[in-house]
Amino acid sequence: MPKRLLVIGSGTAGLMVANLAARGLDAKVRRHEVEITVLGERDDYVYQPGFLYVAFDLMDPRNLVRPVRDLLHPVVRFVHDRAQRVDADSRTVLTQGGVSLPYDYLVIATGSRISPEEVPGLADDAHWFYTLEGAVKLREALQNLRGGRVAISVGIPHKCPVAPVEFTLMLDAWARTRGLRDQLEITYTYPVARAHTIPAVAEFAEAEFERRDIKLETFFNMESVDTQGHVLHSQEGTDVAYDLLVTVPPHRGDALGGDSSLAGGGNWYPTDRQFLQVQGHDNIFAVGDTTDLPVSKAGSVAHFESEVVSDNLVGLLSDGHRPGHTYAGRAFCFIETGLEEATYISFDFQHPPVVPTPSRSIHFFKQTYNQIHWANLKAVI
Amino acid sequence: MVTADRVIDARGSFCPGPLMEMIRAMKTAEVGQVVEVLTSDSGSKTDIPKWAEKAGQEVVEIVSGDDGDAILVRKVK
Ligand SMILES: Cc1cc2nc3c(=O)[nH]c(=O)nc-3n(C[C@H](O)[C@H](O)[C@H](O)COP(=O)(O)OP(=O)(O)OC[C@H]3O[C@@H](n4cnc5c(N)ncnc54)[C@H](O)[C@@H]3O)c2cc1C
Repeated sequence: MPKRLLVIGSGTAGLMVANLAARGLDAKVRRHEVEITVLGERDDYVYQPGFLYVAFDLMDPRNLVRPVRDLLHPVVRFVHDRAQRVDADSRTVLTQGGVSLPYDYLVIATGSRISPEEVPGLADDAHWFYTLEGAVKLREALQNLRGGRVAISVGIPHKCPVAPVEFTLMLDAWARTRGLRDQLEITYTYPVARAHTIPAVAEFAEAEFERRDIKLETFFNMESVDTQGHVLHSQEGTDVAYDLLVTVPPHRGDALGGDSSLAGGGNWYPTDRQFLQVQGHDNIFAVGDTTDLPVSKAGSVAHFESEVVSDNLVGLLSDGHRPGHTYAGRAFCFIETGLEEATYISFDFQHPPVVPTPSRSIHFFKQTYNQIHWANLKAVI
Repeated sequence: MVTADRVIDARGSFCPGPLMEMIRAMKTAEVGQVVEVLTSDSGSKTDIPKWAEKAGQEVVEIVSGDDGDAILVRKVK
């Protein structure tokens, strides 16, 4: 009987864990000693960081999507179905299609998704660039923009911590190149006392906003949207009137976690910060956006966590020895600061980030990474 | 000490975790109810009162203990 590794989710973390494990266990899989399966509700992979560029018509959405099968190591089996429930006692996952998949080790990589329905009216009147469809719709709205009040309103938690700042700074630069900036009033709202949860990013963003005449509203937690009058109300009692509302809605984890009684509030899995096991379950790991760890929900985090989990799984599935590789909270995010310059943050549990001066070369690196990502997913670099 | 209508244990979570827990709980609380957040993040003692002031809500008590602080806020509107 082969040992079974089952990965739920065919996004960034799911593909990376499966492909890295497949590289380490290739021979064992071919000898039928180990079986690696990915269970994904989507049979295509979408490169989400591209949405930011789609909104400004700088990337073709068709270039962001590839079939999952093409991105998986040949020894990995792919099941296109949705995980409905994890039964940790019997070590099986029940799918929406009615199939029961047994596992010895389970990796949960179900990501995070926007939840605009938490704010009444938001889904009816706001745009967002957090889904491919949303980014395409926002592209149309921006193409038709001739002036007026643009509000960018952020809810937390959300994935890619810096994307709202990037969008705002890119909007400013984009409007300037189109000769539109003087006709626009841009307001950025954020839920806590400053422009970002990470102090160094907040300091950087606040200075840039001031320099570029972008208004900042802090302690602004979206409560409801008056879709007739086009006014956004906050829980704190402040209002922002807009002609175009762009939001980063608050996120939640997939319902699977709650339905399986494994995840807590927001459907985030309580996760061990070093080994990334779901608390109370030695053979279940959570990777990527779906954990409750105090780290950014970012592709780079998914990548660094995948390396730790796959190394440990290769050890466990080879000779039962867990090598003891641990996650230290490592994260890396590029920050586009316009259309031609960028900066970045690099940090871990012990070392908070600093924000270097933006440059053209960092922007070029980011553009290059957008291509390299496909090789990274396949775990060939 | 005032008795809270709802207690949220946010110990072990970092800024802005405890503050966001308070904001979320206040959203669904009834006017007059008291929400208590237990926090081990030292920033909460300044963050939460600052938020309450902006939102026009009332901080009723802050109790410091060995394993963190209890911050109690009444929803007044
Ligand atoms: C606009 C935008 C810009 C971004 N920019 C950056 C950036 O510059 N740098 C960076 O590092 N990160 C960035 N990110 C974040 C990055 O895309 C995510 O953090 C990353 O994809 C997380 O990987 P994941 O595997 O946890 O989740 P995902 O990649 O979202 O994958 C989760 C997968 O699980 C599937 N799934 C969910 N539930 C089930 C179920 N029950 N059964 C089966 N399948 C299921 C989903 O369909 C999905 O395919 C950005 C994100 C956005 C939206």
